[in-house]
Amino acid sequence: MLAAGIDIGSRTIKLVVLDSDADRTVTFRKSETTYNPLDECLRILDGSRWDLLIATGYGRGLVQKRLGCGTITEIQAHALGAHKLFPEVRSVLDIGGQDTKAISLAEDGRVRKFEMNDRCAAGTGKFLEFMAAGFQMPVERFGSFALQGKEGLTINSMCTVFAESEATSLMAQGNDPAAIARALHVSVVKRSVSMLKRVSPNGLLVFSGGVARNRCIVELMKQEISSDLLVPEEPDMVGALGAALHAIGRSAAE
Amino acid sequence: MSETYEQMWSELGLDLEAHDALLQVLGKGYQDIYMSQSGRAAGMEYFNFVMSEVHGLRVKELLDGKKEGRKVIGSFCVFVPEEIVRAADAVLVGLCTGADFAMEEVEKLLPRNTCSLIKSAFGFKLGKVCPYMESADLIVGENTCDGKKKAYETLDKLVPNLYVMDLPQTKSPEGRALLKAEYERFKKAVEKLTGVEIDGARLKRGIEIVNNKRKAVHRLAQLRKADPVPISGLDALLVNQVYFYDDPIRFTDSVNKICDELEERAATVNGAFPENTPRILLSGCPMAVPNWKLPWIVETSGAAIVGEESCVGERGTRNLTDASAATVDGLMDAIVDRHFLVDCAIFTPNPDRLNHVKEMKDAYGADGVIHYGLQFCQPYQMESIPVEADLENHGIPTLRIDTDYGMEDVEQLKTRVEAFIETLR
Ligand code: SF4
Ligand code: SF4
Repeated sequence: MLAAGIDIGSRTIKLVVLDSDADRTVTFRKSETTYNPLDECLRILDGSRWDLLIATGYGRGLVQKRLGCGTITEIQAHALGAHKLFPEVRSVLDIGGQDTKAISLAEDGRVRKFEMNDRCAAGTGKFLEFMAAGFQMPVERFGSFALQGKEGLTINSMCTVFAESEATSLMAQGNDPAAIARALHVSVVKRSVSMLKRVSPNGLLVFSGGVARNRCIVELMKQEISSDLLVPEEPDMVGALGAALHAIGRSAAE
Repeated sequence: MSETYEQMWSELGLDLEAHDALLQVLGKGYQDIYMSQSGRAAGMEYFNFVMSEVHGLRVKELLDGKKEGRKVIGSFCVFVPEEIVRAADAVLVGLCTGADFAMEEVEKLLPRNTCSLIKSAFGFKLGKVCPYMESADLIVGENTCDGKKKAYETLDKLVPNLYVMDLPQTKSPEGRALLKAEYERFKKAVEKLTGVEIDGARLKRGIEIVNNKRKAVHRLAQLRKADPVPISGLDALLVNQVYFYDDPIRFTDSVNKICDELEERAATVNGAFPENTPRILLSGCPMAVPNWKLPWIVETSGAAIVGEESCVGERGTRNLTDASAATVDGLMDAIVDRHFLVDCAIFTPNPDRLNHVKEMKDAYGADGVIHYGLQFCQPYQMESIPVEADLENHGIPTLRIDTDYGMEDVEQLKTRVEAFIETLR
């Protein structure tokens, strides 16, 4: 069968279509969410075929309403996707555009416990994007820029607005911009690690979501945690993959 | 409807425009959340009616009663013993604390980090939209959490008739003695207000009325043990909310009627949700009308709520009062003993509550527990951490939600609740 998973995140929309008989991926697409996520979903789905579609991500309800498909939460989707890619996985950290999730899994891949940031976007992709804008650089380069910075500075506030003013005053004191960028990355990592600790993870940690592309975050994360950490080749596709896998499971159950 | 009651409302000193806006929001919320449910018991029609007349007919009844000398006493807590109020032929009503109102005004008097329940009570007063508060001859505040305790000092300046009841914080002999003394003092205050001397026969009648009301909700709770569950958690919550407003005898009859209907239904396996729907026990802060936010999220995310470990729910109604004593003093002791069992988080330590959560989880066949804490509610938020840890140690899936009356976090809550329900399947 052809099983499709679409993940409508706050920043990007991802589509994965799997051919379950041949056990291969037939479609793999990504685009910006824009201000009209539903149109963007229809565009990304255009030209693809599937037998069963499952939507996930914060915009899942939109697609469900329009196309009458099933939905699962991002938490379930990331757990499924990570478990498929790395069967040994015991916990997942997903940092997306506007939320962060820490998930601990049972041996069979089932979600055991999870935590999510509350209404504030501190410590998420949005935070990094906002800060990168302050440094006048695209967020894609912000991580490698920060890696060049020296250790030692700290940003104490988790709040985007306060953190920015802390960064501004560090700049005014003449500190190296890269070191300030690094400190901002450290604050994101600290926050994520404390969320992870609340789900008491052990064993292999998979880091997914768009922010897992940020090399500085990955490096710092490795230093902060004791368990092994793996980043999937396409970290932001894990949710869509999980949704497609769920479609396979669901059709098998029917 | 508004036409007919407008005069009554303006005589009570309500701000008609603001009040109208409130009724509109309330009506719409009820429509969206309650009337969209399917498979409801026919007996819920009565509760639809009560809700549509919650500021109308019921208030008129109270005012008509007042003309005949029936006093109205308002309360914010299940520690205010209704038995004593009924014994004096007075009426006890819960005061609206389930929605944000006039928040800018409220935050001039209370710090922002005050729980929604307390802010709401102030909002209804300051916004002049609560006919119950304005009808009350006596408003009883109780020294429970620090938030309420200190807020009553401020409320005292806003209302002419606040009576503050002190409450113990430990389940010690000294604590019980304090509760007894305070209930005696309250009895005198009620006698003074009503001009009625409360004798043994009156007290027994008061106990009987309130016990019958409790028995009816116990009966409803029993029925929720069935799978498929015959009534939605939203509807059961509504019954528990209306408990605080309605005429007790009529309420008791209406609940018993629903139970008759549901018993028949159970025989034909006709549930409010399909069989094997994941079952949730809610535990935590009380949910006053019209606070339906979390139950609505849960029940539109594929699960059914089968019990409420809450003061608007089983914590508030759990035990009956023993009416067998022959003397007034003996009956007062029974009232004290009954209320002293309430396991509110303002007590320290408070092990009974955790035990009750586990008991209820088993009794109602819940698959998981959602702990509901109001933001800035120290007692329940503090307890939620050890409660969660203990439940998880016992292999009981638990989700801890801290929220308020605002709607900004609905999407995020939906995701968390849905993800929790996914783990229960
Ligand atoms: S939670 Fe405590 S303070 Fe609140 S109504 Fe219940 S007993 Fe009273
Ligand atoms: S919810 Fe908590 S803080 Fe608010 S009144 Fe009740 S016990 Fe006090």
